[in-house]
Amino acid sequence: MKAYLMLEDGHVFEGSTAVAFKDTISEIVFNTSMTGYPEIFTDPSYAGQAVVMTYPMIGNYGICRNDLESGQIRPDFFMLREMARMPSNFRCEESLDHFLKKQDIPVITGIDTRTLTKLLREEGTMNGLATTKAQENSEIIRNKLHSYKTGNVVERMTCSSQYTLTSPKSSKMIAVLDFGVKRSILKSLQRRGCSVTVFPAGTAAEEITGCHPDGIVLSNGPGDPKDCSNIIREIKKLCDSDIPMLAVCLGHQLISLAMGADTYRLKYGHRGGNHPVRNLLNGKVFMTSQNHGYAVKTCSMDRSKAQPLFENVNDGTNEGFLYINKKIITVQFHPEASPGPLDTGYLFDTFLKMTEVNQ
Amino acid sequence: MPRNADIQKVLVIGSGPIVIGQAAEFDYAGTQACRSLRREGIEVVLLNSNPATIMTDKDIADHVYIEPLTADTTEAVIRREKPDSILPTLGGQAGLNLAMELAESGFLEQEHVRLIGTTPETIKKAEDRQLFKDTMEKIGEPVAASRVVRNPEDGLDFVKTIGYPAVLRPAYTLGGSGGGIAKNEKEFCEILTNGLRLSRVGEVLVERCLSGWKEIEYEVMRDHNGTCIAVCNMENLDPVGIHTGDSIVAAPSQTLGDKEYQILRSSAFRIIEELQITGGCNVQFALNPDSMEYCVIEVNPRVSRSSALASKATGYPIAKVTAKIALGYNLDEIRNEITGKTYASFEPVLDYCVVKIPRLPFDKFIDADRTLTTQMKATGEVMSICDNFEGALMKAIRSLEQHAESLMSYDYTGYSTEEIKKLLTDVCDRRIWVIAEALRKGVSYHTIHDITRIDTWFIDKIANLVEMENSLRKVRDIYKGTMDPDILREAKRMEFPDSVISELTGIDERHVKEIRLENGILPSYRMVDTCAAEFEAETPYYYSVYDGVSENITETDRKKILVLGSGPIRIGQGVEFDYCSVHCTWAFSKAGYETIIINNNPETVSTDFDIADKLYFEPLTPEDVESITDKEKPFAAVVQFGGQTAIGLTEHLIRTGVPILGTSAEYIDAAEDRERFEKILEECHIKRPRGRTVYTAEEAKAAAHLLGYPVLVRPSYVLGGQGMQIALCDEDVDAYIGIINRIAQNHPILIDQYISGTEAETDAVCDGNDILIPGVMEHIERSGIHSGDSVSVYPARSLSKKVIGTIADYSGRLAKALHVLGMINIQFIVKNEQVYVIEVNPRSSRTVPFISKVTGIPVIELASQAMMGKTIYEMGYEPGLQRESNYYAVKMPVFSFEKISGAEVTLGPEMKSTGECLGIAENFQEALYKSFLGAGFRLAEYKNIIMTVKDSDKDAAVEASAKFIKAGCRIYATAGTAKAIEAAGLPVTAIRKIRQGSPNILDLILTHQIDLIVNTTKPGVKHEKDGFRIRRTAVETGVTTLTSIDTACALAVCLSERKREEMSLVDVASEI
Repeated sequence: MKAYLMLEDGHVFEGSTAVAFKDTISEIVFNTSMTGYPEIFTDPSYAGQAVVMTYPMIGNYGICRNDLESGQIRPDFFMLREMARMPSNFRCEESLDHFLKKQDIPVITGIDTRTLTKLLREEGTMNGLATTKAQENSEIIRNKLHSYKTGNVVERMTCSSQYTLTSPKSSKMIAVLDFGVKRSILKSLQRRGCSVTVFPAGTAAEEITGCHPDGIVLSNGPGDPKDCSNIIREIKKLCDSDIPMLAVCLGHQLISLAMGADTYRLKYGHRGGNHPVRNLLNGKVFMTSQNHGYAVKTCSMDRSKAQPLFENVNDGTNEGFLYINKKIITVQFHPEASPGPLDTGYLFDTFLKMTEVNQ
Repeated sequence: MPRNADIQKVLVIGSGPIVIGQAAEFDYAGTQACRSLRREGIEVVLLNSNPATIMTDKDIADHVYIEPLTADTTEAVIRREKPDSILPTLGGQAGLNLAMELAESGFLEQEHVRLIGTTPETIKKAEDRQLFKDTMEKIGEPVAASRVVRNPEDGLDFVKTIGYPAVLRPAYTLGGSGGGIAKNEKEFCEILTNGLRLSRVGEVLVERCLSGWKEIEYEVMRDHNGTCIAVCNMENLDPVGIHTGDSIVAAPSQTLGDKEYQILRSSAFRIIEELQITGGCNVQFALNPDSMEYCVIEVNPRVSRSSALASKATGYPIAKVTAKIALGYNLDEIRNEITGKTYASFEPVLDYCVVKIPRLPFDKFIDADRTLTTQMKATGEVMSICDNFEGALMKAIRSLEQHAESLMSYDYTGYSTEEIKKLLTDVCDRRIWVIAEALRKGVSYHTIHDITRIDTWFIDKIANLVEMENSLRKVRDIYKGTMDPDILREAKRMEFPDSVISELTGIDERHVKEIRLENGILPSYRMVDTCAAEFEAETPYYYSVYDGVSENITETDRKKILVLGSGPIRIGQGVEFDYCSVHCTWAFSKAGYETIIINNNPETVSTDFDIADKLYFEPLTPEDVESITDKEKPFAAVVQFGGQTAIGLTEHLIRTGVPILGTSAEYIDAAEDRERFEKILEECHIKRPRGRTVYTAEEAKAAAHLLGYPVLVRPSYVLGGQGMQIALCDEDVDAYIGIINRIAQNHPILIDQYISGTEAETDAVCDGNDILIPGVMEHIERSGIHSGDSVSVYPARSLSKKVIGTIADYSGRLAKALHVLGMINIQFIVKNEQVYVIEVNPRSSRTVPFISKVTGIPVIELASQAMMGKTIYEMGYEPGLQRESNYYAVKMPVFSFEKISGAEVTLGPEMKSTGECLGIAENFQEALYKSFLGAGFRLAEYKNIIMTVKDSDKDAAVEASAKFIKAGCRIYATAGTAKAIEAAGLPVTAIRKIRQGSPNILDLILTHQIDLIVNTTKPGVKHEKDGFRIRRTAVETGVTTLTSIDTACALAVCLSERKREEMSLVDVASEI
């Protein structure tokens, strides 16, 4: 049956869907990764958003549960050019189609994803309505779209209570503050011999430092960092604790805000696995996995507190800070990759080395 | 890092003549790199023996040496030009080897020349089998277990550790001959014993067999700062076991999850980091389809065929960036010229799918073995772009120009299911057609996968196309010709051409288009932008999809001219036509036109994104071209420069309202149409061999009797003499017509009297009134051998002034009679001072780049100006035959016989060479000597020669033998030939023929005692089996094989008269 995407600016894109779904409003973003849809589709950072995949053939290798970044599909709906009817890979456990249907997540296929992407690039991120009703994109719909807010999505994505993952040869304990953490961050730590205790986003700083972790990781997560003022307060305290910290994506933005810097919304964000980032200490460039709609204003950071460590080669935006006289590294991109290049995975080693010096 | 200021003058080494495995991709890479070096203010010295290339133009480099690619010449060029650096990674394996040879001999150090781009240590680590293995082991990257063995016992010992099947590769045999895959001990012993015998050094490599694994390639780049990027990855549809050059390839990979993708990408980075590559590099992997296990197959520390494909597939100019890295820049300092906003330090992402299909030469070598192996056999390739795999595959199929438009084009319907399953085990170039038929017959995916090891994802895509065939058949069978627009839309989305839809539905093709128009089912054009639309792109590089919105295609107010490319490189239509298309585009651009190129060959310069104002990467079929002209509405099209591909589109262009610039379609046709052409010749009072046009074998035989044997039999409208043969008797005529009919033909067959004489050729420019003839070329071989396979000499040496005058006069008359506007190519036979015309092509020919370079006359530019209305006087030239050059130039054909097992080596009217090289010097002997050297003749090594010739060649054979003997060679000959040589009082060793029992001629060859064999046979079908075996064995064991006595005589003269003196060099950019 036919399905439509109606955009805030009046554009309508037609596609189709195998099953009827109820009208769903979300913030429309595009991702340019050519592989890694299972990871993207379950990444909690997409809460409150709907994803357009620019690569036209999605679902080719099906779904392998081991690849998933959380327990369920996180975006509100998807827009694809073509969904594979027959996945093929030795790790495939079910088809993408089946995976989406099981969780009742709408998907519009056959949509002109390139034209849609270009529109989002030109006009900036917009809200949109997925519907199976053939209707005019009326002023009522457009107003409704315009006023849609993703809300406090971190609250929805964080774990409800603290839990611990051990590793066979646990030598260090790392606390992870969960704003919608990707499993691969936890796995990256476990793989390096850490036991990981995950705390809900609202946890008081004292509770975390009270556990005497060797290091703290502030996770990725969805939404506008400025919606998280309570969390920011606690993070400020964590920063004062002198415990080594690594912050990723939203975590990086939250520390920046805690340290007095400012964040802003990017026109259409960075979402994909090919974003070049320059290490400002040695000039070397790395390909990184990215998924963010907000960024930290480099100039808003007090240079006595932190120095820019990474910058985006394409648009010069801030990609990370090295905090002065502190053992804190923060990055806007995703060193845990998943999906995307593994080039900056070494940052976990750098971080863990900082915790060693601490001992 | 800023540019290294020490680099001021760079020597770029090209890849030499086009051979299988080393084709136009290096012209593309080299040209792109040279242009970017010059833009950086570098003085570029170019060395490449191939005159058909764009890179050897004076527009591309400051100094151009079209000289043999040998260490001696390279050293001479370096001594003369004193470059400070050499960029060796652009000339394929040939260029790389040459640079290494000079580095290792200490010459470079002595002359203070450095290798830039990649160091000798890096090249060595990547190229030396053992060093590479050690390096991989050091960094923990897996390679297939292998060992070099010298006796069967060691082989059996080793195979126990790797198990069966095992791969065996004899060292120093060509075309993979003697190698194979052994499934058990018996096969292993057989192949090993034979391989040890065939190998010149008695060594065979035994290797773990990975066939059936996925074959994945990564094109990666690294700069001096250690920044690494993966430009593109590619997945072969055909699993490991078929050379990647012969495989159907998809980009990006389709069946790899992100985990697999990243594991291989990271492995490639570790490898280039360890090897300290700076620039582009190709890494090939085998990936176990049932686990995460992988093996590194090969690393190429240079630009390659795959890097050309990756560049065209992504829009990322690998060669240009490699050149800039060589100058010292880092990736984040080089702008991405496609977006103009981003930098070279990013990884392209695709929002489409690319399919490459190889172009195999089995239409030329119809008796050759079609089996695809680890030895590459393809001469070229096509690439297509679409937003779905089915569509990309369909576009690529029709781009091949092999009379195939769909998966139904090769008919297997007559086979039973069991027979089809058996056919599936044949790994040949038609496998996807067999798979389609298997699916039609209900063979399961599982069974097909089990037999072919092709991933079921690809099989499902082929199945989807087969299902669409059925849906379209239903339109005819069930819906009585009423087309559901949704089915049509879906069929077009998958790129079913209208003609195929028409065939399946029974709806007239024109009506199919009408239904499409009524329902708005039209192609839209998308941009290749390197970034999946994330950034605005400025480069107009387009492909079509159905069911989408077109990009805003930039419009200028300049007049639009459409230049048609020549499609895939094949024997008979090679890189020289790309040379012509590119120069034509430049000429029109210079005159202020907006230029549009349509082509589908990823290896070429013409499909580089900055050659034309707009590039459409599309099939060259009437429908695809019409869709583009419907949209672009060019004021005219040029068809003279794209070979037969473009000429073939003339009629359709005119029918759809696109005027042809230059010679009108009417006269193009007149040159091809026997009766009209004869009438024109008659009116011009020009002689030609008598001939007849026939349609059946009976008519052909009748004509042959009338004309008298021998006769030439050929189909009309072909290039490269495809299907052309000399027939001696009725039996030959029957056989040839059978073969011609095997290749789909709608055109009549021509039967001509065969005249044995000297062949001559001219390419000329005509402005509609006056003609400009740059020069007359003469062939060394007498008529009967295709002009593309003959050694061509300019200026003509043996022709009298009178004959040359006649040739110039005839050329003028013909150009005028055919109302030529632009290029004309005429071929002549001269016998007893009589000049006969054998062929007229009102278009650009294979020899145009050659004649342009050796005369210094920019023929294509002048022809383009003529089309724009300029007269020859206005171009600054006197009409008529131009003054002879001070240099002799010899164009030598180069063959790839060793790569195609089962191919007949004997030359004839059907073209067989894949490339050419040039020898140029002030005297003819030296030019000839250089051309032999350039073609790979190891002149200094010829000591032991076998002569076995047909009766009519015996006198010439004696003459040649005398010269060979004078040069210090020893002659072996079979009885008849030996007798003739002996009778002349020359020393000769008589040897036995095969049927006379051992020891015989074959044993002599197999024991590696022979350097050169001259074997001529009578034309005709009945090629004795023994002769064929001798020639094949010789070619496969690396023995030079000549099948024309004229070439042998020329070689003998070269060897006997050559004085060992310093070789001269000619800089064609400044001295001509």
